[in-house]
Amino acid sequence: MAVVETRNLTKVFKEGELGAVNNVNLETREGEFLVFLGPSGSGKTTLLRMIAGLETPTAGEILIGGKVVNDMTPRERRIAMVFQSYALYPHLTVYKNIAFPLKAQKVPKELHKQKVEWAASLLGIASLLQRKPRELSGGERQRVALARAIVREPSVFLLDEPLSNLDAKLRLSAREELERFHKRIGTTTIYVTHDQVEAMAMGDRIVVLNQGSVRQFGTPKEVYDDPADTFVATFLGSPPMNLVENGEVIVGFRPEHFRLAEEVTDASKVPFRFRVENAEYLGAEYILSGLLIGGRVDGKKVIARLLLGQSYEVGTTYDFAVPERHLKFFDRTTEKRVDARALAWQ
Amino acid sequence: MAVAGAGTKIKSIGAATSPGLGAAMFAPAVTYIGLLIAGPFMLAIFYAFSDARIGSTGLHYVGLENFRSILQSPSFRMALKNSFVFTICTQIIVIVCSTTLSIALEKKFRGRGFVRFLILLPWVAPISLGAIGWKWILDSIYSVITWVLVWLHIFKPYDTPMWLGQPHLAMASVVLVHCWRLIPFSTVIMLAGRTAIPKEIPEAAAIDGAGFWRTLFQITIPMMTPIISVAVLFGTIFTFTDMTVVYILTAGGPFDSTQTLPSFAFATGIQGSDLAAGAAISVFMVPVLVLIAYFMLRVAHRAEVT
Ligand SMILES: Nc1ncnc2c1ncn2[C@@H]1O[C@H](COP(=O)(O)OP(=O)(O)OP(=O)(O)O)[C@@H](O)[C@H]1O
Ligand SMILES: [Mg+2]
Repeated sequence: MAVVETRNLTKVFKEGELGAVNNVNLETREGEFLVFLGPSGSGKTTLLRMIAGLETPTAGEILIGGKVVNDMTPRERRIAMVFQSYALYPHLTVYKNIAFPLKAQKVPKELHKQKVEWAASLLGIASLLQRKPRELSGGERQRVALARAIVREPSVFLLDEPLSNLDAKLRLSAREELERFHKRIGTTTIYVTHDQVEAMAMGDRIVVLNQGSVRQFGTPKEVYDDPADTFVATFLGSPPMNLVENGEVIVGFRPEHFRLAEEVTDASKVPFRFRVENAEYLGAEYILSGLLIGGRVDGKKVIARLLLGQSYEVGTTYDFAVPERHLKFFDRTTEKRVDARALAWQ
Repeated sequence: MAVAGAGTKIKSIGAATSPGLGAAMFAPAVTYIGLLIAGPFMLAIFYAFSDARIGSTGLHYVGLENFRSILQSPSFRMALKNSFVFTICTQIIVIVCSTTLSIALEKKFRGRGFVRFLILLPWVAPISLGAIGWKWILDSIYSVITWVLVWLHIFKPYDTPMWLGQPHLAMASVVLVHCWRLIPFSTVIMLAGRTAIPKEIPEAAAIDGAGFWRTLFQITIPMMTPIISVAVLFGTIFTFTDMTVVYILTAGGPFDSTQTLPSFAFATGIQGSDLAAGAAISVFMVPVLVLIAYFMLRVAHRAEVT
């Protein structure tokens, strides 16, 4: 087990262009499950590949277990990686796929069988050992890829969107399985995803990336409740945080905090008039979208997320409110978070 | 495949509009195959069982007599052996070189396009011209290679090797010229085959701790088996049936030491006027080639990976 650290890590593919990864500083904790979250093209894979040693950084340092590993081959870094496509060796049986790292790292032959069987039984694929990868389902392939990764007991685990090829149902069970698996082996893990639900559910901490830069680094709760800028605020949460401009600042509030005024019991709350334009019934909740009416924020589009109970008419205007403690303030030009302040709304 | 697919499509459209059109469109291909491939092939089989001779009009059925007599001829056995030596040596060298080249040419470097072009050059040049060029390079008096070796003091002047005049050297020369000819073709097939291997597979091998050689022999080459067997199949057939290189360089000499089945068939049937014996020698190659093709296709099928 080991800690991974990056210092000012940068990767520029084409000189003169904006880097795929820019000045990334982060440090994992021992045994942590760290998630890289960001939209497509934000540099997650590039960052992971630099840590793995498949891509040479343009600048900056990578440390694993306190040692600078920039000049080390992937093999010397003692990391294991699961690729998005799994990259199983198609001409080898599952057994030989899992045994390949043992052979490559010259583990004594007598130990192979026992180690392969240990990894296979941990992932529940002991009955598939004689099959070829093409004879496996997507979920089984993923487990083989995981087994191949753990069999040599790596110091760090890197996973690049390992669930993105699975259907929604399988994805959920695979996710739980991965979490359980991580708890059991306790190896420091870096997990790449663009799915914020996955990130929130699995991560001990989340690194939010956009255009190659770290926008925020914190626990799921910190990232969700205290977004560092408007990007993080809108990237996490579904539907995303409502942002309305008011003077020098942008004010944000989550759809679930935007409720009927009479239901908000807080002493200090900001009232809004809200005209419902569209209502979506999602079984357990309503998603209402509409416009704020009157005051300084007249005509701003916002979304509300409400539990079932009362029904809402499209076209009707209601009295809504947001508790003041749930308002987030962002600078209008830098879009960074600023301190809470009293604002005039009328 | 593509050609056949297009052919049937045209045929079906033709059949729908006018019945004659389909047949008319199909006719050139049938005529071509009939006149230039099936006809001569049948004729060869027919001659092989007759006593046909150039300059004689009489023709009688003689059964297996031609086969019996060529099987007894030491020249034929020599040619048969040479054909195998020639084909196997050439294929081994070609596969090793083209695999190496395809690996070297896969990495991006400056001037890669130009190097690829240079490597392809022997394939696009007409084989007879190439072989005549090599005849000069290996000539007993004017050989460039000999000059260079003398200049380097590896050989004394007047005591130089006769590249095409000594049995073993002659065979080696013929094999090398044929390699020169086939390596480009094989390399192009391999390059195509390698690009079909996803980039993550060698990367996964690197992460699993495999070095260059392990990745090459346990991952890359096994994954290339189908494409390698296609290259070997084509190469084998080209080599086994080719007589241009042998004919131009050595004409089978010295003392039949480079005589192969095709050149022996030509020497017997056309130059020696014994059409029937020449035909029998050619027909003898058919089962050999069918067997080779069968095994190669089986290997390719077994190794099919995805
Ligand atoms: N080999 C390369 N050459 C040039 N540009 C590249 C290369 N690899 C990635 N990029 C660029 O770097 C940026 C980041 O790519 P990266 O693959 O890291 O994104 P990502 O966050 O993993 O996206 P996704 O969620 O779609 O996988 C992209 O703009 C991409 O076009
Ligand atoms: Mg990616």
